[in-house]
Amino acid sequence: MEKHINITLNVWRQKNAQDEGGFVTYEAKGVSTEMSFLEMLDVVNEGLIRKGDEPIAMDHDCREGICGQCGVVINGRPHGPRERTTTCQLHMRSFEDGATITIEPFRAHAFPVIKDLIVDRGAFDRIIAAGGFISVPTGSAPDGNAAPVKRTCAELAMDAAACIGCGACVAACPNASAMLFVSAKISQLALLPQGQPERYTRVRDMVAQMDNEEFGTCTNHGECEAACPKAVRLENIALMNRDFIWSSLTYRPESGGGGA
Amino acid sequence: MPVAEQYLNSAGKGGFMDSSVGKKVVMAVTGVALFGFVTVHMLGNMQAYMGAKAMNAYAEFLHTMLHGAGIWVFRAVMLVAVILHGWAALSLTLDNRKARSKGYREQQLQAATWSSRTMRYTGVILGCFIVYHLLHLTTGQAHPDFKVGDAYANFVSGFQQVGASAFYIVAQLCLGLHLWHGVWSLTQTFGWAHPRYNKLRRTFASVVTVVVVGGNISFPIAVLAGIIR
Amino acid sequence: MELKSNIPEGPLEKKWEKHKFDMKLVNPANKRKYKVLVVGSGLAGGAAAASMAELGYQVECFCYNDSPRRAHSIAAQGGINGAKNYHNDGDSIQRLFYDTIKGGDYRAREANVYRLAEVSNNIIDQCVAQGVPFAREYGGLLDNRSFGGSLVSRTFYARGQTGQQLLLGAYQALERQIGLGTVKMYTRSEMLEIIIIEGVAKGIVIRDMVTGKVESHMGDAVVLATGGYGNVMYLATYAKGCNTSAIWRAHKKGAAFANPCYTQIHPTCIPVTGDHQSKLTLMSESLRNDGRIWVPKKKEDCKKPVEQIPEEDRDYYLERKYPTYGNLAPRDVSSRAAKQVCDEGRGVGETGLGVYLDFEAATKRLGAHKIEEKYGNLFEMYDRITGEDPYKVPMRIYPATHYTMGGLWVDYNLMSNVPGLFVLGEANFSDHGANRLGASALMQGLADGYFVAPYTVGNYLAGLKPGSCPSADHPEAKAAEAEVTGRVGRLLGIHGKETPTYFHRELGKILWEYCGMARTDAGLKKAIQLIPELRQRFWEDVKVPGSAADLNQSLELAGRVADFMELGELMCRDALDRRESCGGHFREEWQTAEGEALRDDENFCHVAAWEHTGDGNVPKRHVEELKFESVHLATRSYK
Ligand SMILES: Cc1cc2nc3c(=O)[nH]c(=O)nc-3n(C[C@H](O)[C@H](O)[C@H](O)COP(=O)(O)OP(=O)(O)OC[C@H]3O[C@@H](n4cnc5c(N)ncnc54)[C@H](O)[C@@H]3O)c2cc1C
Ligand code: HEM
Ligand code: HEM
Ligand code: SF4
Ligand code: F3S
Ligand code: FES
Repeated sequence: MEKHINITLNVWRQKNAQDEGGFVTYEAKGVSTEMSFLEMLDVVNEGLIRKGDEPIAMDHDCREGICGQCGVVINGRPHGPRERTTTCQLHMRSFEDGATITIEPFRAHAFPVIKDLIVDRGAFDRIIAAGGFISVPTGSAPDGNAAPVKRTCAELAMDAAACIGCGACVAACPNASAMLFVSAKISQLALLPQGQPERYTRVRDMVAQMDNEEFGTCTNHGECEAACPKAVRLENIALMNRDFIWSSLTYRPESGGGGA
Repeated sequence: MPVAEQYLNSAGKGGFMDSSVGKKVVMAVTGVALFGFVTVHMLGNMQAYMGAKAMNAYAEFLHTMLHGAGIWVFRAVMLVAVILHGWAALSLTLDNRKARSKGYREQQLQAATWSSRTMRYTGVILGCFIVYHLLHLTTGQAHPDFKVGDAYANFVSGFQQVGASAFYIVAQLCLGLHLWHGVWSLTQTFGWAHPRYNKLRRTFASVVTVVVVGGNISFPIAVLAGIIR
Repeated sequence: MELKSNIPEGPLEKKWEKHKFDMKLVNPANKRKYKVLVVGSGLAGGAAAASMAELGYQVECFCYNDSPRRAHSIAAQGGINGAKNYHNDGDSIQRLFYDTIKGGDYRAREANVYRLAEVSNNIIDQCVAQGVPFAREYGGLLDNRSFGGSLVSRTFYARGQTGQQLLLGAYQALERQIGLGTVKMYTRSEMLEIIIIEGVAKGIVIRDMVTGKVESHMGDAVVLATGGYGNVMYLATYAKGCNTSAIWRAHKKGAAFANPCYTQIHPTCIPVTGDHQSKLTLMSESLRNDGRIWVPKKKEDCKKPVEQIPEEDRDYYLERKYPTYGNLAPRDVSSRAAKQVCDEGRGVGETGLGVYLDFEAATKRLGAHKIEEKYGNLFEMYDRITGEDPYKVPMRIYPATHYTMGGLWVDYNLMSNVPGLFVLGEANFSDHGANRLGASALMQGLADGYFVAPYTVGNYLAGLKPGSCPSADHPEAKAAEAEVTGRVGRLLGIHGKETPTYFHRELGKILWEYCGMARTDAGLKKAIQLIPELRQRFWEDVKVPGSAADLNQSLELAGRVADFMELGELMCRDALDRRESCGGHFREEWQTAEGEALRDDENFCHVAAWEHTGDGNVPKRHVEELKFESVHLATRSYK
């Protein structure tokens, strides 16, 4: 049932990457509990615009929990208090009347703040570019049913592939480690027969790029798994570690090639 | 904005020990060694309950095995392990601090345990403990009535001092915190994760922690209580 | 304006094969001397950029999102069609072709649709090889389901996340090229103008959404794959950032806009809860397989709790009207039926805009655990959004805008009437006629991107001198940049009272009312009068705070709304002039006695392509006749 609540927001405002930034308090009155969290911010923003202030900048697009573009830290939890729920799918009925809500951007050295609550997650793209793919030039693929895939592997690969690249795992990890994200892609491809040829170079390259981006290291706190809106499992990190060890043990530098 | 500078930065593609996962593996391998040592060490020390003769014979055996080379080999391995372990811990801690250069105003942790969050502190305390412990029971500088060659006597007289015993007990509690997360964590690092065994991994960590810590704490208590004299 | 479809000669089944052979090839050593600009990194754009870079062209790719992985294609749930006939149930390229033509209510080009069906199989192979985790059977082979009322099982799916997985496949291929340095990716970059030099597309102007910098990018060919424009309705299932700006700018510079009035309204979306509503969420159509749709027979019952409405007072209107298809009647039919009962005042929920989708009977028949197994994740999503437990109370659903079949006019080569300007995916009009079948938009995006554009763009480039691409100092480029900065400055300078969202919402209300599920002559005429008024108010009274030299989300939105205002009017004109009902376009004046869409093949078996004739002028309607050589025009019936 629809209710109307009054809330206080402490929002991180930062003009641009160079700006110091700080918290600003806003009162939101008569917020419908049927609103999504972003709709609540929309209403606050409409009010700000009418007053001639700049609205709170915040990333979002699909608003249905799949694009991974939204994501802020709400009361100390990435994507807010509801499990397996992205910020855009969080609704105001998760909050009490009179609540104070602190909204901060995802914090990580590798995710610099661009403005207000918007951060730059380009590091994720660069990690994928380093090896998060299977090299198949267009048109060179064999028939889709040429290589059967064990159903359990297909399902596990899908579990890992469900990652939306939102970065909440990084935001939640006390070490700002990106290992859940990185391992999700590594596992997905390592579990499928198509991913085997590049399996061990992929893990090396992706981990190297992850380190270049200066993410932290996993010390197995498990916060990432708890924050992940898509329930990507910690087990993927274990699988990545295993593949990394194996790839290091069996590494041999590429032979020079040559020939005509 | 172009996705970064387009070309990937290939500078960091260094060796195993430079990579984050590599350092973790170092942590885990040395962790296993240290964990194995404390377990065996605790079991060895159980001989204290069997009296002076047994314990001193055991100490004697340790010092003379392989014509006395054994202990040095062992010491070298332990030393390397502790140094590597400490180095990896320091290096990872620095990296992790840098990775979250600006913190949150508020952070509500969901899954991290007290044990996982205090690893670096319990680790440092353990490091200090080891130094003290060596000066106390191995070389004797920190022991008021140290008798060279009489491990049992040193052990009993050492723990009869309440201060020393208290420090031992605190150190063992830190060891417990460190091991409880550490043992589980190293299985994750080695990639031994499977839903079928995940519970077992936790249980294993809990059991060995309780056994090792329980065993160790029993020594000062037994001495103070007069069970071991 | 000349609309030459350039359909190759020969029998339908041989056209593409023959055309591929006839097309010119670019010398491999010369490929890197050509630059292709790809705007959009969804299925269509991402696939095209990656494939062309693999071939050796220099590619620059642009998207407004912070990463190419977030394009709106990611939201597609249901699946993707392919004519593999893995299930031995009689599927074939011919049948997929036929179903698509029929589904589009005979308003699509035969040759294009046939090619689409033909390459559908290559798409599946390509995606599997990329590691897309399609659902599998226990034997390890690919699973299929039937979708959107099709009689064969040809839909490949990855849980409810098919679009996501396909997009990630394309994205990874694209990232690989970015890593190799063959594609230069520009994220958070919005295309705001096209550069046309001597009648040929040679570049685009983008605004860097972080720094506000406006700059030109020049290329030998421009590919627009910027998705659909359904957000013109304000409330839609689209991602919030989806816009028409790229294609609208191209239209204003000479590209014909085809069939703008063809929009698809999806029947199963979560209803609006109030004025704050910012978008609508789609619930998978598969729910209609087991859910029964009803409203109370009496208006007075609408606000009552469900258990107080006895069975005999419930109106299962779809089952009543369409005994054969019942709750599975096609999207347009069941959407319209829902609107009808709500217009009669029998809608349910707080706003009265909703109908029940009830699983009680199915739960009794199959058992609660079976329902959970089949629909668990959808029920969870519904609960998350509405706060109601669909295991206990029936879901409420309402139709919402979901897809736009119209778009820039393109020929068989996917090139618009402006040479050098190619349009792929939902942004073009080509393959779905007046209505799109479920699971075929993903197929079209990938067909265009992986398998059509790389050939046809190459064919176009082969006719150009390598290295002849003009520089960004060209006066046309400077003029286009000035237009962009001018418009941005104008928006910032109005200092009015209302927010861009306010105007967007108002525009949406007009279009939903008069150019939505059912359209009338009077209504459309009214809209054509209301929209320019609203547009004028917008340009006088919009308030855009902040600066141009900064990340400014109000400015971005205001620019998009400004373009939607113009497009909205064109949609109404198109709908007004198409005096027939077909697919997603339902004119109340043209219906059968039973209330079904009545096509007029005599007068309207054509594509309507609009030419922009200057601001304030009435646009000009051109026609491309559709010839059906291989299928028989028949009336759709779902009774
Ligand atoms: C909820 C939902 C479910 C769906 N389910 C299905 C389904 O099950 N099966 C099916 O076949 N189809 C489905 N569809 C339809 C299908 O998803 C889309 O039609 C298709 O993905 C469109 O792909 P695209 O590549 O053409 O465009 P998009 O994926 O929309 O990509 C557009 C790209 O262009 C960029 N862009 C846009 N404007 C600009 C600009 N001005 N400047 C720079 N860049 C710009 C964007 O950043 C983006 O990268 C669904 C659609 C919705 C809304
Ligand atoms: C020199 C002082 C020490 C420091 C600073 C230190 C610190 C750490 C840190 C930071 C970790 C990583 C935690 C993680 O990844 O989850 C760790 C792991 C571990 N430590 Fe220590 N530690 C020290 C000494 C010891 C000692 C003396 C022992 C044995 C008794 C020990 C046993 C372990 C074990 C078993 C692990 C688990 C390895 C892993 O996580 O893979 N440590 N230590
Ligand atoms: C209450 C618990 C403990 C008791 C009673 C105990 C007892 C002893 C004794 C008696 C010795 C001397 C053996 C000898 O010189 O003959 C010794 C040595 C040693 N102990 Fe412990 N110990 C305890 C806990 C620990 C812990 C937790 C660690 C490590 C983290 C540790 C590390 C060592 C080391 C490294 C040596 C030196 C071995 C050598 O000679 O090289 N001890 N311990
Ligand atoms: S692993 Fe989970 S939290 Fe991390 S990016 Fe992927 S979806 Fe987000
Ligand atoms: S929270 Fe961080 S420490 Fe590891 S388990 Fe997750 S990445
Ligand atoms: S806006 Fe797309 S996941 Fe939230």
